[in-house]
Amino acid sequence: ITEVCGAKRVGYFGPAQFYIALKLIAAAQSGFPVRIESIKNELPLPRFTALKADSEVRHGTPAELHGVKFQVPHAALEKNSYKRTDEGDKQEPKSPPMSPICSPPASPSTYQRIPLSYGYSKSRSGLEQQHAAPYEVRHSAPQQDGPSAGNYGAKPSLASSALNRSLPEQQESSAHYSDDPWRITEEQRDYYINQFRSLQPDLNSFISGSVAKNFFTKSKLPIPELSHIWELSDVDCDGALTLPEFCAAFHLVVARKNGYQLPETLPETLLPQYLQAASLKGLRDCALFEPAESLPGGQQARDFSRPETTSAEEPDKAALLQDGKKEDKQALQVSTALKMIPKEFQHLTVKTAAQESNALRARPRSRSYSSTSIEDAMKKGEEPPTPPPRPQKSHSRASSLDLNKIFQQNTQAVRSGWLPPPPPALPPRPSVSQTEPPAEAELHPQINRPPSQAEENSSAKKEAVLAQPPSKPTRRKLRTEAQGLDTPELSPTINVTSSLPAVKPHLPVQKQSSKQKRAIQTAIRKNKEANAVLARLNSELQQQLKEVHKERIALETQLEQLRPVTVL
Amino acid sequence: QNYPLYIRSIPTENELKFHYTVHTSLDVVDEKISAMGKALVDQRELYLGLLYPTEDYKQRGYGYVTNSKVKFVMVVDSSNTALRDNEIRSMFRKLHNSYTDIMCNPFYNPGDRIQSRAFDNMVNSMMMQVC
Repeated sequence: ITEVCGAKRVGYFGPAQFYIALKLIAAAQSGFPVRIESIKNELPLPRFTALKADSEVRHGTPAELHGVKFQVPHAALEKNSYKRTDEGDKQEPKSPPMSPICSPPASPSTYQRIPLSYGYSKSRSGLEQQHAAPYEVRHSAPQQDGPSAGNYGAKPSLASSALNRSLPEQQESSAHYSDDPWRITEEQRDYYINQFRSLQPDLNSFISGSVAKNFFTKSKLPIPELSHIWELSDVDCDGALTLPEFCAAFHLVVARKNGYQLPETLPETLLPQYLQAASLKGLRDCALFEPAESLPGGQQARDFSRPETTSAEEPDKAALLQDGKKEDKQALQVSTALKMIPKEFQHLTVKTAAQESNALRARPRSRSYSSTSIEDAMKKGEEPPTPPPRPQKSHSRASSLDLNKIFQQNTQAVRSGWLPPPPPALPPRPSVSQTEPPAEAELHPQINRPPSQAEENSSAKKEAVLAQPPSKPTRRKLRTEAQGLDTPELSPTINVTSSLPAVKPHLPVQKQSSKQKRAIQTAIRKNKEANAVLARLNSELQQQLKEVHKERIALETQLEQLRPVTVL
Repeated sequence: QNYPLYIRSIPTENELKFHYTVHTSLDVVDEKISAMGKALVDQRELYLGLLYPTEDYKQRGYGYVTNSKVKFVMVVDSSNTALRDNEIRSMFRKLHNSYTDIMCNPFYNPGDRIQSRAFDNMVNSMMMQVC
């Protein structure tokens, strides 16, 4: 097979060779002779172990070979470790002919074997995911083409920092190769941020359309392409670019200049909320180390792990893997695998798959949001009766309870996300005011998506927010409105939750079992309140959305009237 | 100057007829606009009535004018499902929204032909829905 697919001749397995090789394996397994002609037949998916056959049948993509390929390696992650070793062994015979840096499958097989040894990450909330997301960008396997890279990017997110340390040289090359052309590396991100600063010093504000136009015109790309890039990157269609949008646009320009075709839809790794979480998470990790000493000792170690667990939650793949939802992974794999291939039906499947994966992610995300809003309510309720230090203590008690691990992580993560940036003396108030605006502001950028996803995005941003929230004018106005609306909402919940702080001080006194029961009851209550709050919020935001639309149309007409009469 | 910014149709056997109808309906739209006077600027406008009895089938044309005097004209076959007024209006609203999205793009100069892929996709999906 190696010979037939041309690997021997070329000396390594490039993407084409790899695809042909896998197709030949399928042919061989189906009983066809191993020849080039046999790959022209419609073949069933290649089976690497008997156990995987059904999962691959389930994954069945249309006759598109590429999509199939990358679900096969992914199936490995979902099975038990012994099954994975099987596949690892199967792929090992391919690795010898490959050169270490250039050939795509070499590093994927390496990456695969390392996640093998870590077993399931689902049950582990700790170390692996801590470093998962910050290193995710660097971990991308060196690939020459787009499709596989997205998936391999997902797998290393399982691996811990050991992977990072053990392959330093591959990382250098991977950074240069930019494995997945739609994934922004750290250096690129820094460069984009500097460019953004040169145009607009305030990183949280946005670049206006004309400024951006002048800037991107300098790249000498043809105007229609620039227009298309703008269309892709300006997700909220407001004629201005925020930092993540700008990074996405710049990245697309860079990719285009390097010869990549522009995609039909914005790749997942360039979506604003993804970029925002990724970028701010990096900043937050640095910020964490500063106030570390000032925090009480017991919380220190936990704070380090928690924001990284949340940051692990934010990026799509880590969250998916954490929940272990197979459908999510498959949808994501299909979407990333098919991303680069310029065909129409794939374009549609990308969109639907992305939407599915987004919708499926809504569930785990909404929980983190609900916990944050409950924290708001609790904090507001606690402040009048108790002095500021108290709420922190109650939170730490909540964290010590053995609740659902995800809920636990979320509360911890949220708290730690708030604590570091403001000085420790004033955590409750500024964080409360901070979380309110981000809640509203970040719901707006996601206007085009379903509200549930808007909530999850807001939670993502909320936990990642360090400084002032983005200050787009229309959104600020709506935000203050929403804030006004939101506080009366929370006040009814405060009445209910005011009993909670009273309960909480007694907790350490009670025995373990009753503490747990009470905790579960409070958790249930909290979730119900969160649901009510969110439902109301949702309807109000829908109203505001309509108003914003009307405003926009009015503005557009005004703008056009100001222009000369050529339109007539 | 009523040059078209964007034309899209679903290929049928009488495609040329549709184009022709669209073109003639422009005159009717112009007439309506000028007749409205200065005070009333109605954002949406809806009219039926281009009949071609000689061809033994009717076509209906719908017009829509934005505040910036950009006209959207839609011609549908009457023998097709009787599209309700609301649906037509929602289609025009979608068109208008997509048009404003295009406007937000700083690389788009008003008066250019519309080459936005998002707009194309939206129009295609709308047409698929109807047919």
